[in-house]
Formats: sequence, C-alpha cells, structure tokens
Amino acid sequence: MNKAASSVQHQVMWNRLISIVEEQAQALIRTAFSTSVREAGDLSAGVYDRAGNMLAQAVTGTPGHVNAMAAAVAHFIRRIGYDNMHEGDVYITNDPWEGTGHLHDITIVSPSFHGGALIGFFACTAHVVDIGGIGFTADANSVYEEGLYIPIMKFADKGAVNQMLVAMVRANVREPDQVVGDIYALATCNEIGHKRLIEMMHEFALADLEDISAFILSNSRSATLVKINALKPGKASGEMVIDGYDRPITLRATVAIEKDQILCDFAGSSPVDAKGINVPMVYTEAYACYALKCAIAPDIPNNAASLAPFVITAPIGCIVNAPHPAPVALRHVIGHMLPDTVYGALDQILPDTVPAEGAGTLCNFQLSLRPRQDKALTNHGPNNSGQRAEVLTFNSGGAGARPTLDGMNATAFPSGVMTMPVEATEHAGPVIIWRKELRMDSGGAGKYRGGLGQYMDVAPAQGHECDFSAMFDRVDHPARGRHNGGNGAPTTIALDDGTKLKGKGKQPVGAEHIVRLGFPGGGGYGNPKQRDSQLVKRDLARGYISEQAARDDYGLSDADIAAVADMIARGEAV
Amino acid sequence: MGVDIGGTFTDIVLETGRAGTAGQFSTKVLTSYGAPEDAILAGMMQVCEAAGCAPDAIDQVIHGTTLATNALIERRGAKTALITTQGFRDVIEMRTESRFEQYDLNLVLPEPLLPRQQRYTLAERVDAHGQVLLPLDPAEVEALADRLIKAGYESIAIGLIHGYANPVHERMIADILAQKMHGVMLSLSSEVSPQMREYERFNTTVANAYIKPQMKSYLGRLKDRFAENGMTGTIFLMHSGGGIISLEDAADFPVRLVESGPAGGAIFAADIASRHGLDKVLSFDMGGTTAKICLIRDGQPKTARVFEVARSYRFKKGSGMPISIPVIDMVEIGAGGGSLAYVDAMNQIRVGPESAGSAPGPACYGRGGVRPAVTDADLVMGKLDPDNFAGGSFALQTQTASDALNTHIGGPLNIDAQMAAFGVAEMVDENMANAARVHAVENGEDLADYTMIAFGGAAPLHAGRICEKLGVERLIIPPSAGVGSAVGFLRAPFGFEATRSVYMRLSDFDGESVKSLFAALEEEARAFVRSCDAHADIISHCRAYMRYVGQGWEIPVPLSPAQISEPRADAYKAAFEAQYANLFGRPVDGMDVEITIWSVNAQTPKMASDTLDALGDQTQAKASGERALFDAGLGTAAQAKIYPRADLTAGQVLDGPAIIVEDETTIIVPASRSAICLADGCIAVTRKGEGA
Repeated sequence: MNKAASSVQHQVMWNRLISIVEEQAQALIRTAFSTSVREAGDLSAGVYDRAGNMLAQAVTGTPGHVNAMAAAVAHFIRRIGYDNMHEGDVYITNDPWEGTGHLHDITIVSPSFHGGALIGFFACTAHVVDIGGIGFTADANSVYEEGLYIPIMKFADKGAVNQMLVAMVRANVREPDQVVGDIYALATCNEIGHKRLIEMMHEFALADLEDISAFILSNSRSATLVKINALKPGKASGEMVIDGYDRPITLRATVAIEKDQILCDFAGSSPVDAKGINVPMVYTEAYACYALKCAIAPDIPNNAASLAPFVITAPIGCIVNAPHPAPVALRHVIGHMLPDTVYGALDQILPDTVPAEGAGTLCNFQLSLRPRQDKALTNHGPNNSGQRAEVLTFNSGGAGARPTLDGMNATAFPSGVMTMPVEATEHAGPVIIWRKELRMDSGGAGKYRGGLGQYMDVAPAQGHECDFSAMFDRVDHPARGRHNGGNGAPTTIALDDGTKLKGKGKQPVGAEHIVRLGFPGGGGYGNPKQRDSQLVKRDLARGYISEQAARDDYGLSDADIAAVADMIARGEAV
Repeated sequence: MGVDIGGTFTDIVLETGRAGTAGQFSTKVLTSYGAPEDAILAGMMQVCEAAGCAPDAIDQVIHGTTLATNALIERRGAKTALITTQGFRDVIEMRTESRFEQYDLNLVLPEPLLPRQQRYTLAERVDAHGQVLLPLDPAEVEALADRLIKAGYESIAIGLIHGYANPVHERMIADILAQKMHGVMLSLSSEVSPQMREYERFNTTVANAYIKPQMKSYLGRLKDRFAENGMTGTIFLMHSGGGIISLEDAADFPVRLVESGPAGGAIFAADIASRHGLDKVLSFDMGGTTAKICLIRDGQPKTARVFEVARSYRFKKGSGMPISIPVIDMVEIGAGGGSLAYVDAMNQIRVGPESAGSAPGPACYGRGGVRPAVTDADLVMGKLDPDNFAGGSFALQTQTASDALNTHIGGPLNIDAQMAAFGVAEMVDENMANAARVHAVENGEDLADYTMIAFGGAAPLHAGRICEKLGVERLIIPPSAGVGSAVGFLRAPFGFEATRSVYMRLSDFDGESVKSLFAALEEEARAFVRSCDAHADIISHCRAYMRYVGQGWEIPVPLSPAQISEPRADAYKAAFEAQYANLFGRPVDGMDVEITIWSVNAQTPKMASDTLDALGDQTQAKASGERALFDAGLGTAAQAKIYPRADLTAGQVLDGPAIIVEDETTIIVPASRSAICLADGCIAVTRKGEGA
C-alpha cells in the first residue's frame, strides 16, 4: 500500500479509536448503578498508547475528567511499573489527586496486550453511589472523613480479582452491591474497548499503536497550535467572588496567550477552605482547560497532544490546588465556577467570544426522607407507607448570554449533565415535586438576555419528613452581566412559611412543609436598551419577562405591551 | 398496492396474484407536496396500466408516509395548545436541561413545538401511584375552555403529571372540552403514549395534536380521491412499529405514522431474511441524504419504545425531539450519496450531514455543484459508469467530480483525486460500520455471524466494503431494492403494540395485577387489529421492561405465555437475568429488580414467505466489459469485470472485483468477494471461498 493510502488508513483508525471509546462509555452508562453516571453522564472513558499518552476520549457529561483522565494513566504506570503488568490485570484507584478529584470517583485502568506485548491502556472513571465516611457532602474537615481511600493498586492480577480489596470495599460503603457492581461495570467496559481495539489491530495488521499514536498526536498538536497562533497574544486577569461554604471565596484567573501555548494561572484565589469544597489540581486543570478549549479549539478532540498547549497552574495551598489531606468531596461546586472565572480574563483579550457569567454550579440537592417522627402515620397511601429513601436530583440554572445569542434557559454549563424526569424522581422515594418551571425575570437583562433559572417546589410526601441537603451557590453572588448587561437573579431558598434556608449543608424539613427554590439566572450581554424590540415582545409573550421588566429594563411602550397581551389572548406566536 | 411517500419520490408497487411471485409492477412519481394524493393517484394509474387492470381490481392499499415526519421537521402543524399540570408548563421546553454538544459556546437549543404562551396549566395533581393529591376543579376547566375558544385552537394536547398512572383528570378535561369546543381535536397523553417520563410523553402528545388536523384531512381526502377513481379497496396505514393499522386509527394517532417509510424498509428486509432462512440480519438502507441500519432477529426487526425526530444539529443525538411510541429500532446516519465531504481542522476527511440534495446535486451532475459529494467519490473510483447512470438518463461528468475532490480534499491533504475519492468513501463506509457496530453492542449482538441485506439507491455501492469492515461474510442485494419500503408494506402484518407504565418491584410482585394489566393491554392491542381484520388469527407477544433497582435503563424482556397466564416473580427474575447477561456479560447478585413498562404487541401471523427454488449447477456469469475500479480493501485500483444484472440467471457466479450494473443502482463486488445470483433474483456477495 502506498503512502497516500496509508494516510487514509490512519484517518480511518483514528475515527475507529474514537468510536471504540464511545462504545466503551455507552457500555458503562447502561450498566452503572450510580445515578450520576447513568442519568447524568458523570463518567469518562479513554484509550492510551504504551507510554500513557491519551489517544482518544469519549465525550461524556462531565468536562471534569478531561485532563484528569489524560494524566491518570501516567500515575498508574509509575506506581505499578511495566515489569509488574500482565495480561488479565486490572488496576484501580480513587485517589483524588491521582484520579479525578474526589473519593467518589473510581478510576479503573486495564493494560491491553496484543501478541503477548503491552500495546496500550484503557481507562474509565465513574462516580459511585457511596464511598463510606461522612457521605456526599461538604461537611468533612479532611479527606480522611470523606470515605475509603484506595491508592493505586491491582484490582485483578492476571485475571484473579483481589478479593481482599473487594471485602474492604464492601465493609466500608453503604451500598456494597451497587458499588462493587459499578467497579465490575468499569472493568467490563475496558474489556469491551480492548476487544474492539484488538479487532482493529487484526484488520489493519498492526503490531502496536506507535504509528497511529504518532499520527494522532502530531495532527492534534499542529491543529491546536494553528488555532492558538491565530490569536492575538495578550495577558489579562479576571476575578469572581462566590458564596463558598460559610465564607465568600475569591477565584482569580490570569490568562496569557503566547506563541504555541496558553497559560492560565489561579494565583490570588482564596486559600484552602475548612470544608469539603476544595479542588485538587487535576480537577482545576480539567475545568480551566475545558473553558479554554470551548472558546479556542472546540472541534479538536481531546488527547494528550491537543490538551498539552493549555498550561494550567495554581499555587499549592489555594482552594483550586488543595493538597492532601484537604476535604474535596464537593470539589465540583468550585470547579463549575472556574470557566466563568477564566472567561472574565479571556474576554479582555478575545472580545466577542465568551459568554457572560451563568449559574455555573449545578443546582443539586439530596433529600433524606423518612416517616414523620412527630406523630403516628395517618392517612398515607397504601404504596407509600413509611418509606425511607435517599433522593438526589440534578437541576440547572440559566446560562450566561452570548455575544450574539441569549443565554440558554435552565441548561447546565459547564457541566453537561441531564436532569431526571420528575415522574422518575417521585418513583424513587416519598417526595412530591409541586413545581419545576422557568423563572420569570431571572435572566439578566441585556442586548442578549441571560438564560432563565427555574423554580422548584419540593416536599416530603404525606406522612414523611426529610433532611434537605443543599449544594447551591449564587445566593449572595449572582451571575454578573457583561458589557452593560444586567446580573442574573440570585438563588433563593426558603420554606413555604417564609423561613430562610442556607445555600449549603443539611437542614431539616418537617412534615407538611414545602421547600421553595429559585435557581439563578445567567448574566445579560450588552446594553438592554439595544435589544431588538421583537425579541422583547417575544419574551413578554412567553412570560420570560414581566410587563414591568419589559417597560423598565427594555423600554417597551405601554401600547406594545397591550398589543402583546392581545396576541396572547388570540393564541398567537410572536 | 403499496404506497410510500418519501421526501423526493412517491413509490407505488402493485402486486397481483400470490405475494412475492406473480406480478409486481412498480413506479416512482415525484412527491406532490401540496396535495400528496395527486402523486399517488398518478402512480396508481401507471401501475394499473402496466398490470393491465383497473383500479377497482385493487383489494388493499397499504400506505406509509413521511408526511407526518416532515410536518414535525418543518413545523407545519395546526394551531395547537397544551394543557398541563400547574407548575409544569415548561416540560417540553426545558427538555433534559443539558447540551447535546459539549464544546459549542454558541449552541442553539431547538425550540419546542409550542411556544410558552400556547401552554396552559390547571391546578390538579396525581401522584406516582395514581392517587389524586389535588382534585381538579371542573369550573377551572370551563374557564380555560373559554380562553381556548377565544384563541381559536384547532387541536389540543392534554398531558398531566402521572397521567399514565391515572388518566382521570385528563379524561375530565377532555370531556369538558369536547362539550364546549365543537370540532376541536383532542390528544390525551394517557392514550397517545401512556409511559412514565413526562418530557417524552408530553412531547409525543403535543406532536400528535400538532399534526392531527392535517393528517386527518389528508387521509380523508385520499380515501375520497381513491373512491372517485374507482379504487374501493380498504386503505390501511403502515405505522412506525412495523405493523398496519386502519385509516381511522391512523387519523386519531398520526404520531404513530412517523418513520413509517423506513419501517417498511425493515419489513422488506425481514421478509427477504425469512425467505432465505436467515435468523440474523443487518438491514442497510442508504439513500441520498441518510442511511438507516436495523437488526433483524428471526425475521423480526428489533423494536424500541422511544426515538428522536427532527435532529437539528448535525444529526447529533439529543438535538431533536423524543417521540415515545413503539418503533422499529433504527440507527440513522446523516450520510448518503449526496452528502458533502470536506477536510476539517485536524486534516481529517469528514462527510455529511450537509447534502448536495438534487439541486445542485453532486459536482458530477454538472448542475453547478462544486463541492465533492459521496457520489463524486464513487464515480472517480470507477464504481459508477458516467454514461450509464440512472439508466442512462443523464451523463455524469468525471472531470467535474475530480476537480471538486482535488480542490476540497486532495489539495489540503496533498493527495491526488483518486486517493481523495478513496478517502471520502472510506470515511463514509467507516462511519456506517461504526454505527452498525455500536448499535449491535447496545443490543448485545456480535455482527460476525450476521448477513447484511442492502437496499436503497446508494447501498449496493458501499455495502460490500462495509461488510469487509464489519467482518460480515454474506451480503444480499434483493431486486426492487429501489422501492423496498413500498414492497415491505405489502409484507407487514396487521399489528399494534400497546404499552403502559406501571411501576413494580419483584420483591413486591403482585401476580393478579400483572395478569389484569396484560389482559387490558392485550384487549387494547387486539382492538386495533380487529378493526383491520375481524377474523384473522392474532398472535400476542408480551414484554416487560426491567432493570435492577437503582439503574436507569430498562431492558425489554420477552415473556412466555406461561409467564402471562401464571406470573411469578422468580420466573420474571430468571428471564430478566438471562437477558441481562446476554447484553452485559453477567447478572448482578443480590439486587432487587423492578419493572417499569409493560407491553403487548398483537399481530396477525406474518405472511408465509415463499421458499426458494433450489439452485442448479453453478455456472460462470458472462461479463459485458471491464473497467478500472479502485478497490478499497486492496488500497489500489484493479481491473473489474462488468455484468448487467438483467443478464444474470440463477446459479451464475462471478468473482470480485466486479461491477453489477442495473438501472437504479450499481452493485460493487470487492476483490475479496464473489457473487452469485439466487433463484429469486437476489445477488449474494460472499467472502471468496465461502460459497453462497
């Protein structure tokens, strides 16, 4: 075969590797027990060459694993050693600093052998339902309280599963069957990837991955550099203050566009927090890099070479480079805010590229439901008697407005997770969701309006009470608009009798109470007075904005407002 | 007579005498969008004339159409409102609250079918167990009805939270509206799609309401026009699940017609599979803009209970809208003969989903297209004869195709036009193969022991190479591949699948409820079949969708008659674990299992497929010429013999590389394969040395 034909074959193989890791990820989504994996796509899967360079990674619901996964295999190679690797081996860790940022993420790496020789690795990560310790909350004071810590070790040695480790895991977690089930699911999904890889090796008569690896990495590197070098060099800093656990946190990013690389440093950010919202460096790298890639090189697939030119740093001891043994369970709360921080700096160098600030952190909460303790159960449904249940939900506020587009309503960014159907949630435990709909006037005003947040009303079912575990931010620090755009609405949280609740932490909710939640909107972009009046009318007709906002923020005339009301009555689209 | 309205052509197939044998007459007429029945009537006259019969000799018309799908894609529906539970006005707008493309900062989410001001709410609530938490006030419904009348809605969707579990409030609303709003069309979520998960159910119900007035009027007109022209046979509709329902049921539930054309294609392949005694078949249908892949086991296409229409973003999963109805499970890939190729930032060749369409068409059509399409690559590789395309109706311009490939692919990659063509074809074939592989894995299947059946204009050009990539040993290309869906309609059984969401854990299994649930579903499904045929035998297949408690994905578990008449938890668990192990390798110990959805598919027995006459001695087919053909497996050009398909007779064999030409398409036999003409005119392409 001539050189040109083999270059076509390289392209085919690259495509195939991407398909293989997607298949690997799909297998995991379909077999995992953890809600965050199967519903929300909180997982990742990748294939690596013998040296540990990531060649392809599945695009899944979480950017949080982007670089973490790329770096993880190198740690495994260093700790296990090539000499100690055999066919049938499976390696494991949940080390927050060498894996993906908190103990709940289990990473499994499997070596791939072909013709008796090690040719590469498959790795995957999933968020398991429980890892023991204090549970999935920010309340721990150190990682020791957050659960079982599995350093890099063999889960299977030449095919024989490490039963001692399985017994240790079983004895330390609250849902042993599900967690062990998930570990096996991770191992199986690597096996599926391996099987497909070997088929490809046969089809193309390959002995190893070295050639295809070189092809992928050199093409990715040069394509990334073309994108970076087309930008105007420059340097700027951005700062964002958010709620934190019980004191405000400052995040500060300095971005420098240079020849062949982009530097992003977080010096000036708050120090490590006492509670579990700290972020290991791998996770900071992931979200900062994700933000930069979205803005600069969105269509280049993730691999070792396409990620390398994005250099992310932070001083040790700050909240985004928290060293062991800082508590890190809810590292996503801060991690999800990093793209907005990075964009604050990037906007000064690359105008008209990045969005205004948005809700950032997902608006997740967990309910621990139980029969009401204050009086005997009466009049509850036959299928509903005295149930205990843990119910976790994922929800999104509004995204920031873009330079030429409104922000997306109630849509996750930077996280890519999905919400659960209300009907499915109500089957999972004795909870009633009375309301889940868009929140009028929550999107920051602007030439382009911020995305709307949402309202949720949540209550324990009749005869039940619960603890409400809140994981919200932007109560005191709403998303800021850009270039004269208005701020998004802040998070609100209270009981139906008006009692205010805190944005973070576990709080009791008595029987017959409803928690009323308002999730934040995204910031606006540009001066609202310049907004196309047709869009203002449309927003008014749809109830995205109130008459008052149409008049005060956007200057819509009373006559226009009345005309819109008429159109609504006639059932007409605007 | 089978009638398939497609995006470009309306295909008509008339069969006389015994199915599949006696006479088959087909034609293609340009689809007449304004009044689709015109094209049907014109086509009917053509096939009747060819068959030498009058329209009144037609007993049955079986009709499938893309009109329902197109109305959803193009947003050409009726003035429609949604009535839903207070607090849930935005379910169809908020979707899954996620982005289907992770890296695009300027992503635009698709608009819901109805804007917010056309979505109304009522205070009411039913819980997950079907108990009323908040009673509905009839006075509030009456007041709402007045507003709806004033606004002049033609069609109304009613979708309430947990309406599948207890439809009492949905029915109350329907009753009041029916009384107050004469002639308004109603669609209830508890009837259209009684399945848990409000986004999918509401969207399906809204889609049904949105296209109902238009489809009802079209089907009425069609019936009248047929009658005026002497065609008094019964008219049936093909639905997306691969069965046939009456015209009246179709008019009430038009959303069931979405994707009925492709479903016909899968039935077409299933019929050929049965005729050839193949129990594992991959059907591959490739046309001008898309390709569809479907798995067929034991003569039955795989089915699913939800699919996505109107993808708005490069065919990306999640960028369309979900429709939850029983449907033949197909993977759709945004690449066909007209798909355009380009080189991306990574110097990788990419193909589709953007298509050259018919105007300007691929560069080789010489109608002003300058960007290379898949057809251009096929031409430059020698797969197509420039002077004999579409029966010689117009000549293809090889030079224009070469230029387009050179400019857009060869130049940037520093390769010649031939290599560029190879690259484009390889990427298309690789994408198809990857989609087939992933689909097989998701269904716990290994393609190695599958046979591919390929049809549609572009499929025979690519199927051989895709089989090489998939390690599929045997490929069958049937005659009348160009009108496969319409032929498929004539092979489909009367059938309807009824589904219901009722949540049950095996640890809390209630055999009596299960029995009565299946009885109710069976009655519902049979009623649809009975309305088509009052006397035929009806066979029911029952399934439960099950998963381990804590998982999010149900898998369909077929149940035996004994498991329906005497339901027992242990038998259900065993059936589930066997299915689970087949899909995912091993069952999980110690976990409770839950059932979320129940389904009964009632259908008339499949028409017996004709058995094939035995092949006599094999003889070498005679070539009519030869030309250079780039063989992708070899990675180089080779001389390929040319055989006209019309000259091939049963038992004739030929070796690849070879080109079998016919009017509607061209079959490429790769160098690694040989081909044989079978007794029914199918061409089987097999790995050399494997035999037919």
